[in-house]
Order: sequence, then C-alpha cells, then structure tokens
Amino acid sequence: MSDQTNSGPVVAADGRPLKQSLQRALRREKLRALMLIAPLLIFVLITFIAPIGDMLFRSVENRIVSETLPRTVIALEDWEYESGEIPGEPVFAALAEDLREAVKAKTHTRLGTRLNYELTGMSSLFRQVGRKIRRMDPEQPWREQFLKVNKKWGDPEVWGVIQTYSSPITAGYFLNAVDLRLTPRGVEQRPESERIYLMLFQRTILLSALITFMTFLLGYPIAYLLSNLRMKTANILMILVLLPFWTSLLVRTSAWKVLLQQQGVVNDVLVWAGIIADDQRLELINNATGTVIAMTHILLPFMILPLYSVMKTIPPSYVRAAKSLGATPFTAFRRVYFPQSIPGIGAGAILVFILAIGYYITPALVGGRSGTFISNRIAYHISVSLNWGLGAALGALLLVLVLALYALYDKIVGIDNVKLG
Amino acid sequence: MQPQIMGGSLAGATGGDGFVVFDHVQKSYDGEVLVVKDLNLSIARGEFLTMLGPSGSGKTTCLMMLAGFETATHGDILLDGKPINNIPPHKRGIGMVFQNYALFPHMSVGENLSFPLEVRNIGKAEREEKVRRALDMVQMGEFVNRRPAQLSGGQQQRIALARALVFEPELVLMDEPLGALDKQLREHMQFEITRLAHDLGITVVYVTHDQTEALTMSDNVAVFDDGRIQQLDAPDKLYEEPMNSFVAQFIGENNTLSGVVQQISGDTCTVRLDSGEVIEANPVNVHAPGERTLVSIRPERVEYNRARLQEGAHTLRAEVLEFIYMGDVFRTRLRVAGREDFIMKTRNAPDAERLTPGQQIEIGWLPRDCRALDA
Repeated sequence: MSDQTNSGPVVAADGRPLKQSLQRALRREKLRALMLIAPLLIFVLITFIAPIGDMLFRSVENRIVSETLPRTVIALEDWEYESGEIPGEPVFAALAEDLREAVKAKTHTRLGTRLNYELTGMSSLFRQVGRKIRRMDPEQPWREQFLKVNKKWGDPEVWGVIQTYSSPITAGYFLNAVDLRLTPRGVEQRPESERIYLMLFQRTILLSALITFMTFLLGYPIAYLLSNLRMKTANILMILVLLPFWTSLLVRTSAWKVLLQQQGVVNDVLVWAGIIADDQRLELINNATGTVIAMTHILLPFMILPLYSVMKTIPPSYVRAAKSLGATPFTAFRRVYFPQSIPGIGAGAILVFILAIGYYITPALVGGRSGTFISNRIAYHISVSLNWGLGAALGALLLVLVLALYALYDKIVGIDNVKLG
Repeated sequence: MQPQIMGGSLAGATGGDGFVVFDHVQKSYDGEVLVVKDLNLSIARGEFLTMLGPSGSGKTTCLMMLAGFETATHGDILLDGKPINNIPPHKRGIGMVFQNYALFPHMSVGENLSFPLEVRNIGKAEREEKVRRALDMVQMGEFVNRRPAQLSGGQQQRIALARALVFEPELVLMDEPLGALDKQLREHMQFEITRLAHDLGITVVYVTHDQTEALTMSDNVAVFDDGRIQQLDAPDKLYEEPMNSFVAQFIGENNTLSGVVQQISGDTCTVRLDSGEVIEANPVNVHAPGERTLVSIRPERVEYNRARLQEGAHTLRAEVLEFIYMGDVFRTRLRVAGREDFIMKTRNAPDAERLTPGQQIEIGWLPRDCRALDA
C-alpha cells in the first residue's frame, strides 16, 4: 500500500526489516513450544533413539579380539592364511603373553565365546589353554607347547578366524543374519543345515501379510456396519471391538491354546459334529496356522479402528447419489464407497503389518516350530544365547526391512492417502 | 385440522393422469409419529413443482420417497402411471441433485458425469459426447479434468446439476441445492436452473425452505407443514390468496389481527377485533359467526394516504412507532388495534410522506385484501 512505495525489503514501523521483526516476534512462541515438548523429547531420546543407536552399533562392533589379543593381532599381520601353514613362533609367543594377561583379567573365555560364533570349538580351545597357560614354560618354544595342549592350534583355520575377526568393526553379524559367513577365504554361504534366518525373514513377512489380509477381510464388514449404525448402537458394539484391549495379551493367547489344541474346543466340536474323524484332529496350534489365527484376532482392532474412523466421514449421500445415477448397490459400493475407504484400509494395513512383523509373544506361545517369527529368534539371541551382536544385526535388518516396505507402500499407496482418523 | 389440500389449480390431484402422483401416502419412521400424513399430489409432465416448508415438515421425506431412499409406510407413488414403491432407486431413472452436491471426490468432473452413462453401458464415444454437451450446458466445458475439491461452491453446484441431467432423465429431484451458496450466486443459479428446466422440458421437484426461491422458480408451490400440504398453488396465488394462517405467515410478510366473526354475507364478513373495533374482511377460511379468526393483511396493501383509499373505506387509527428507510420502500411500524407489530410498507414515491414516530394517522385497505383466516 502507500507506506510501501520505496522498493527493497519491507520494513516494520521501527525501521527493522519485517522478516527480522517477525522472527523476533515468533521466537518466544517457538521457545515455548519447544519447552512444552522438551520432557517427551528427552524421554524419547533417552529411551528410544539411544537404545536403537546402541543396537545398531553393537551389530558391527568387534573390539573384543583386538583388545584381548593386541600383540597377537599385530604379529598375525604378516601371516597369510592362503599359505596353508600355521604362523611361526613369534605369533605363538605373542599369543602366550596376551593370554597370560587375559587369564588374569578373566577375559579369555569371553573371547572364546565370541570366536565360537564363527568357528565351533573355539570356546573350549581358549578355555583349555587358559587353564594350562600358567604351567607352560616360557623357556621352551611356545608352538610345541600349544600344540601339545590341543593339536587344533595347528589348524590354519583357527588362526584364520582370529585374523579375520581382528578388526574392531565387522560385517560378520550381518552376514550371519542373512545365512552367510565371513571366513578367511571370504564371504560364503553357511552349510544348508545352519541356514535359518532368510527363511525366518521370509516367513515373518508372508505370515504378517496374510494376517494383515485376514484382519482386512474380517474387519472391513464390521467397520462398515459400525459406521452405518446409530451412534448409540455403534458405541455399544465398539466396546466389544475394544474389549480385547482390556484383557491381558497372555490370557487371550492362552485362551487360543485351549480352543485350538488337538483335544481343544474347536476340534472337539468338529469331531462331535462328524466333520472330521477322531483320529484326524486338525493341528491348529503350535504351527503357522495357530500364529495366523491368534494374531489375526489380536490385531483386528488395529484394522477396525482406522477403517471405522474413515468410513464415518463418508457421507451416505455419495452412495445415494450413485444409486440415483443408476448404479446397482454393488456398483455403487465398488466404484464410490470402496475407493473412499481406501485411506482407512491403508492406515489399518500398515498398522497391522508393522505390528505383526515385530510381534513376539503370540508366535512364541502358539507358533510352535513353523509359526515363530524373526523376533523370537532375536529374543533368543538377546536373552538365551547372549549373542547380542547377532541379535542386534537381525534387529537392524528388521528395522531396515520395515522402512523399505514403508517406502514401497508410500510409493504404491501414497502416505498422504493414509488416514488414521 | 385443516383439509390437507386447499386452493385452486389442482389439475388432477386425485386423478391418475399426472406424471408423478402421490396417492394417500403416509410415512412414519418410528411407528408412533407420522412424518407425512395422507399426502395427495399430482405433478404434470414438464412442471416445476417446489415443496416449501419449515424443517421437519415432511418435504424432504417426500422427496426421498420419490427417489426411492425411503419407503412409504402406506399409499402409492406413481411415476408415469406405474407404481414405483417396489422399484429400487437405481432403476427409477430419476435424476437427483443433493444438498451438498455429493460429487464423488475421487473422480474428476468428467468421470463424475460419465458415471451414470457407464453404469448404463453407453459406448465411450457417445459418453464423451454427452458429457461434453452436459458440461457446455452449464458452461463448465473447460473443467472436465478438475477434481470437485478444486471447484468453488457455485461450480460444484453446476457440475452436480449437469450430472443429474447427463443421462437425460424426465424427472429431476433437487434437495435444497442452493442452500450452501451466497445470495448473489443463489439468485443467478435460480435463474439458470429454471431456464434449463424449461429448455429441456423436464419435470422438476424442488425442495427448499427459502420462500423467495420457491416463488421465483416454480410453476406450482406446495407448502408443507406438519406432514401435510397446506396449500398447493401458483406462486402469485399463494402469495396473494393464502388459504390459511400458516401459509399467510410463512409466505412473505404478513400482519395479523385477531378477532371474532360477527356475520358472514357472501364474499364479505365483519370481524370484531379484540380491541373492540369492527372491520370488514374477505371470509376465506371462516364458516360461521362467533368463530375466532386471524385477519391477514399484507404490509404493502396497507394505505394511509386517504386520496388512494376507496370511497367509504373503513379506516383504523394508528400511531407511528418507528419509521425505517430502506431505499426503495419505507417500512413503518405502527400501533394498530392494540398490537405494536403492525407493519406498513410504502413505495418511495416522489410524493411519499416520511412519517415521524408519535404521529397519529388513519390507515385503511380494501376489504378484499383483508383475509379472515383460521385462528
């Protein structure tokens, strides 16, 4: 207007540039907003970002070899695995010195456990030599003395493993997580009998997809019904949908055990009704079927709720308009109602799928051998085998997988099309 | 209760020769209250009929029954002589414009218009031709690829209209289609809709609660209240000759004076007002002396200039309470026969006097314009 006749940056009444003034005016508000979210931000940083960062780091961290056997690692630098011969006396001397200190600090067994992940027998090898190292004679050649303790020390494979895993960072855990392994000869496939993780990943994705589809099949009609009922009736039915949330997950899963086992309610009813013979009772639990049934039930509300909230916003006049234009009820549903409910399907599907892919308790309880997920394996490595590095690598891969699927989903469905309410 | 249909031009209201016929139709949602009470209505081919009434008067329910989204509890609805009670909405071939347009948000304008043609299995070339023609008809030809969300309210309204017409229905229903538009646009669209309806020769049933809309657009207006048609007439008759107090009050501005009928003789009656004064009136809806009545006079039919009154016309004393200058007219609030809400409208003519509050005047009117209606 009239006070803007001069060209150049717009200025506020006091002569400062307007942009600067605006920023000053907004700074207080921004600061206040930041203070309001600060508690949560700090909480999330400490309990979420930091653990994930730590986990990602653990999946590649491998300082244990170079810290426990520093001299050996240096001495081994000149040795070549391809020579087919074991290293010479200086390496054994360095190993002896390292082991003396390691035994004193009691770290040699940990190292053995670590190397045992890569080559079976390493754990006992280190434990054995740890017991004998103090009685060895420093005047005698170390090589013979080590070989006397266990002739495995004469196997180049043992030395190859130590050399391969001497660097502080390793891809070994990740390779393990996809059924490969890092050997002195390079990356190779694990023997057939040891391959498990790729199959588990594949199973986790397939079963999660199946569970997502099942929740969609069961949830869509319910959500449709709920959104078209009177508010009062809909609220009562909504309580039934939410009821599972108020019951312990363990109780619900155990209830499925009662229902689905071979001598359980479902089989009994089927036998009683003469649909199956008594000696042909269905195996509904402790396998993939059990996992799919129980998890479909448990995750159903996560499909129904977003669907319901989206369907609630679709005015009935659209379907009426379609019918008045000559569309049969089915065509009106397919071409007018369904496309508008897709954001709800998208939201429900992504919610259920991501929850399912990381689910742990239910597959552990009702999954048996063929229905366990990758998360059960991660839990096993974290709490039983204590191979945290591998557990972390599997977890990191799962995280990457979810993110990749999310990106794919965004590309196909478009994340803007997802509506949670 | 008043008889459900009153008044003149009711061509074939009970006969079967109307294009759309409601024959003793009743509707109840809960089994306790009748929303529509014994509705009889006949709409001729090519007629523009408006259902006018306050909300809850049953007019939208009637429209929904005609469209097939509600079923009549009792009675028959006939379309072109055939009962349609058991025909589902998608087989009725009735075009409909909804209150909030109900344009499909996930389809472009072209796809929206193409939809009724696709479900009728019309070939692609013919479809495109018809869509183009329908869009041109509402002057929206260049918007074919837009989404409804990218259009303004008035444009969406035009598309909704085009979509209801594109499959060439003979009957089009409109449920308060202009309710969401601003005044200027609404007036423009009123004109457009009537023009299209007449050009295409279609029958239109139009629902509104806006009496101006009803008066300006329709051939006939059915005034609904309490589940019944209170009066069905052409707009001018409806305004000038309301048959009962509800219609008189609902359509346009109206002055009422209450009193008791003293005597009726032919087309005049005398009414003793509650204030004691006796006036002459036109006995429209009174039948016997002693009956209570509401006398209705339109504000623009009230005259205070003695020169313009008929010789020997009866006059009442009035006190000016308020004088409002409205540009084209003057609106004067008067105290008449004990009431303080008596309005007189006078044209802003060169010789018109501007009254001042407190002024004492004499007002009068033609007995014909003073209608004694039910109390």
